Amino acid sequence: MPLTPSFGRILLAGLLAGVLAGLLAGTFAYFAGEPRIDAAIAIEQQNALAHGEAGADDELVSRDTQKHVGLLLATSLYGLAMGGILATAYTLLRRRLRTGSDSRAAIGLAGAALTGVILVPFLKYPPNPPAVGDPATIDQRTISYLAVLILGLVAIWAGVLAARTQTQEWRRATAGLAGFLIVVAIAYVLLPTINEVPDNFPAVLLWKFRIASLGTQTILWTVLGLAFAGLLNRQAVSDTAQRIAAKS
Amino acid sequence: MPKAQSVRPLAIPAISTRLLLTAAGVVIVLLALAYLVAFDQGALSRSGMYMHELMHDGRHLLGVPCH
Ligand SMILES: [Zn+2]
Repeated sequence: MPLTPSFGRILLAGLLAGVLAGLLAGTFAYFAGEPRIDAAIAIEQQNALAHGEAGADDELVSRDTQKHVGLLLATSLYGLAMGGILATAYTLLRRRLRTGSDSRAAIGLAGAALTGVILVPFLKYPPNPPAVGDPATIDQRTISYLAVLILGLVAIWAGVLAARTQTQEWRRATAGLAGFLIVVAIAYVLLPTINEVPDNFPAVLLWKFRIASLGTQTILWTVLGLAFAGLLNRQAVSDTAQRIAAKS
Repeated sequence: MPKAQSVRPLAIPAISTRLLLTAAGVVIVLLALAYLVAFDQGALSRSGMYMHELMHDGRHLLGVPCH
């Protein structure tokens, strides 16, 4: 039986890994993040009452639905999308990744995404719970967030290019880190600073929310990378078995 | 027992125009899906603010600016 290399099954592995990663990240988010969101919404409603505004009684979706179905739906759809994009990037870039190990290539790409799309944006624009943030600036904040996310990926790319100019291992690591950090530093300086945390918002609650958010995103990309590598390995094992069977 | 080294790396399709077009199509659909979760306010989902509100907590915890 001929083994035609196909994009479809690599994509399927990425999508499956993505849903799994999304569900696990969502489960973590439920336990670590939802109590913080509830507490923040309580503060938001107190503030609204204090300003004589009506509370959010006309909600379109109940809190209970948002916390359970809504949260898991959001993280698993997001995981599905990221898994498919990771699989596509893997297919197009595999030959350019200078490693003989598929697992290293897959986990390396997921690690690069975790750094560029999660850690770089997190340090510039840390995520905020409800009650933090001025609705009037949402468009500007969204554009800045997307800009830092794209620049995070550019920084990874710059780091890889810089590392490849060197041959010795320690020089490669140093050049790669320097290339990455220079782009990140430029991005951080050029992009606007945003701080819309109200003076009376509890610092501990903000911290706990941000750690829960970082944990959610880290779990999503870590599980995605590992599960994608695992599924690719299963395909490679079954291909090898078929090859051996075809020979005998 | 097959040794780890005996498993060959997975075959990857050659880069062709057809593959690039397929990949571009896939990425556009998946980016639209990510947009639906992260930013959409009814323009894409055609459900008013329902999907937006439903996935509200996920948006916050995925680090996306929400409101
Ligand atoms: Zn919100």
